[in-house]
Amino acid sequence: MSAAAADPHNLRQGHGHGPRGNAAGPDEHGHFDKRIITGYGFWIFLLSDIVMFSALFATYAVLAHATAGGPSGKQIFDLQNVALETGFLLLSSFACGMAAIASEQKNLLWTEIGLLITGLLGFAFLVLELREFADLIAHGNGPTRSAFLSAFFTLVGCHGLHVGCGLLWLGTMMAQIWAKGFRAETVRRLMCFNLFWHALDIIWVALFTIVYLLGAGQ
Amino acid sequence: MLLGKLTWSAIPLHEPIPLITSIIVLAVVFAVLGIVTAKGWWPYLWREWITSVDHKRIGVMYCVMALVMLLRGFADALMMRSQQAVAFHGPGYLPPEHYDQIFSAHGTIMIFFVAMPFVIGLMNFAMPLQLGIRDVAFPTFNSVSFWLTASGALLVNLSLFIGEFARTGWLPYPPLSELRYSPGVGVDYYLWALQISGIGTLISGINLVTTVLKMRAPGMSYTRMPVFCWTTLAANLLIVAAFPILTATLAELLLDRYLGFHFFTNDGGGNMMMFMNLIWAWGHPEVYILILPAFGIFSEVISTFSGKPLFGYRSMIAATMAICVLSFMVWLHHFFTMGAGADVNAFFGIATMIIAVPTGVKIFNWMFTMYGGTVRFKTPMLWAIAFICTFVVGGMTGVLMAVPPADFVLHNSLFLVAHFHNVIIGGVLFGCFAGYEYWFPKAFGFTLDERLGKTAFWCWFVGFIVAFTPLYVVGLEGMTRRMQHYDVAEWHPWLIVAAVGAAIIALGIAFQVLQLIVSIRTRDQRRDVTGDPWDGRTLEWITPSPPPTFNFPVMPNVEGEEAYWGLKSKALQQQRLFDEPAYEKIEMPRNSPTGFFVAIVATFMGFALIWHIWWLAALEFACAYAVFVVFAWRDEHEYYVPAEEVARIDRARRAARQQSWFEGTSA
Repeated sequence: MSAAAADPHNLRQGHGHGPRGNAAGPDEHGHFDKRIITGYGFWIFLLSDIVMFSALFATYAVLAHATAGGPSGKQIFDLQNVALETGFLLLSSFACGMAAIASEQKNLLWTEIGLLITGLLGFAFLVLELREFADLIAHGNGPTRSAFLSAFFTLVGCHGLHVGCGLLWLGTMMAQIWAKGFRAETVRRLMCFNLFWHALDIIWVALFTIVYLLGAGQ
Repeated sequence: MLLGKLTWSAIPLHEPIPLITSIIVLAVVFAVLGIVTAKGWWPYLWREWITSVDHKRIGVMYCVMALVMLLRGFADALMMRSQQAVAFHGPGYLPPEHYDQIFSAHGTIMIFFVAMPFVIGLMNFAMPLQLGIRDVAFPTFNSVSFWLTASGALLVNLSLFIGEFARTGWLPYPPLSELRYSPGVGVDYYLWALQISGIGTLISGINLVTTVLKMRAPGMSYTRMPVFCWTTLAANLLIVAAFPILTATLAELLLDRYLGFHFFTNDGGGNMMMFMNLIWAWGHPEVYILILPAFGIFSEVISTFSGKPLFGYRSMIAATMAICVLSFMVWLHHFFTMGAGADVNAFFGIATMIIAVPTGVKIFNWMFTMYGGTVRFKTPMLWAIAFICTFVVGGMTGVLMAVPPADFVLHNSLFLVAHFHNVIIGGVLFGCFAGYEYWFPKAFGFTLDERLGKTAFWCWFVGFIVAFTPLYVVGLEGMTRRMQHYDVAEWHPWLIVAAVGAAIIALGIAFQVLQLIVSIRTRDQRRDVTGDPWDGRTLEWITPSPPPTFNFPVMPNVEGEEAYWGLKSKALQQQRLFDEPAYEKIEMPRNSPTGFFVAIVATFMGFALIWHIWWLAALEFACAYAVFVVFAWRDEHEYYVPAEEVARIDRARRAARQQSWFEGTSA
């Protein structure tokens, strides 16, 4: 094991500091650091996911005023609900960060507790979002009402879908950590989940600003 | 309903052409499956190919899929050319609704299931070898990518037997592709097949970008990588940045069609021009996703067969990356006639012309590489030289259409069709064929027959010119694309000539099939014993042919550009091989059936969604989750190749090199 493996924050290993002083080099046995590679690949995935969201944001920007005689954002957005959602999601990320710290200490109980709180807060976020959607549809303001509402439901719903898939992933990982402890590959997945969960925050901040705040202010 | 929209009327029992085609295809498929079963090849196929996570095997499977689908796509092309040759003042032999499916399937298959798998397959095969590493960053995901692409291809072909394919062209422009105007399952086949294979492509892009940026042999710095690795990097960066846009756009169209959303509809505030913008924001980078790897192949081939280092290596890298960035700034030239205004059109017209500059740099670099070199006219080199000639013509007609006023006259005409075939066949396909001929001995350990290869090349080259030059002419005479019949007498002779050209290309394909059969049958006389049949310059040629699973017994130490050429020259100069290294056991990823199961789940899920069989779609979602959990629960991801095995394989390689270099049995 190299020095980099002992220090999880040393991200430079393998990037310009290979054994022969250059390139993304392997160790003396020809092995690459899986933690670096997994993390790097997952970052690339997150960037591609953000590109997908940017296409949905662009769609929303184009269609935001195409209300076709239906309601505009000002008439339907409930900022109080959105504030609660935001609170749940950001706290959930905080809990996720705590779980990551606990896992670095190899503390099984606190890792699981942190992940459980993460999941519960994420679930609460999802419940609020689905309630908002159900409310809109019940009042005849579903996605089929206008292009604006189509774009709104798709953009916000896509984020919600990510949170939902994240919860499935989280539950599976919790079971795996419980059953098998801190294996190297599970710890790598935990790191990826952390990245994923924080990326969803970033997207939510953009969503919150561009959809809800700007929408309600107009 | 248990089977959703699926009824017996979905089987084309009353249409002779699809019915006969279906029967023939099914007969061939069952014959192949029967032979495999009778010969007892399933365990071998399962162990060595289907569950393989070896980048070389996956690359080969991608290329095989591309070649098979090329036959399908080319059959469509032959039908279109013959229809237009006879449909003067008459209906021809293909009814309009069938003709529309044929041109849609032709474009879709050729781009997504021929060109894409071919370039991804070659990148998968060659790039890790050139970088001096043992596999890609995520071997199991690599297998998943391949199988998702195969699943998409399967769905597209299923539409031949069950239901129908889209009649909306290779890009389903709304409002035609909306439910109101295309109520059948054709567009749904298109959309789900592309969503599934698109996810595979995206995963592949992430995988290969991570590989190039994070896994290289010691000393293989960026400016020592072969140009093919650079173009692989550029193409995969484009995949990562562009394919999510395709996913989002097709998802929006799906929501319109399935749930009554209003993204691109005529009513409810929908905006159909947004579809054109979004789809081409993916579609133009896609053009470069295809052509950049081909540029890389030509760079390798031209340098090798000219016996010289590539001229202007660094300018080649700069040109590649410039194209990579510029490719995102030109999408609007696909719809100058939208009415965006003169200023916008001028911007995109000029941006388009600017792309010709780095491309021109590349063309000159290739010519200067040949200049003063000892050019060997082997088959891969013929494809490369033909590419330079045809691609310059295709590029120039492209620049011509980048002038907005000219585009107003030429858009949607056969001139455009001739242009993009000029760059896609003359560029991408010729590049893939060059790569196929070039790396075939590396993959299988024997060379392809040169005489038949050259015959096939000349048929393709001549056939291509005969088939597409007339299309430029009729395009200038005002013939629009996708016409099922016509009444203009001036066009008729040209379209007959074009059909003859297609027939000559068919001859070329026949010779390629023959070349493969003959080469396999005579493989014992054409063994590549040294692993370096072309006197190569990059690291893949240091390995034996075919390379062992682990590629390199010890990581090669790279000390300059053209890593292998440097080592080879030094060894030849010293008149002896380098000292035998100390062999160690090597950790390699285990095989995994994950990719194959993912494809099964994806195929059933796609089929269920196309035919609105909701219970099956839900069941498949549960299965997808189960596959995910089983994969996550796996305990052993790696195995070790013992040091003795490594030593045995590498000593055999060294003995072959010793024999050919210093004991003089062959050059």
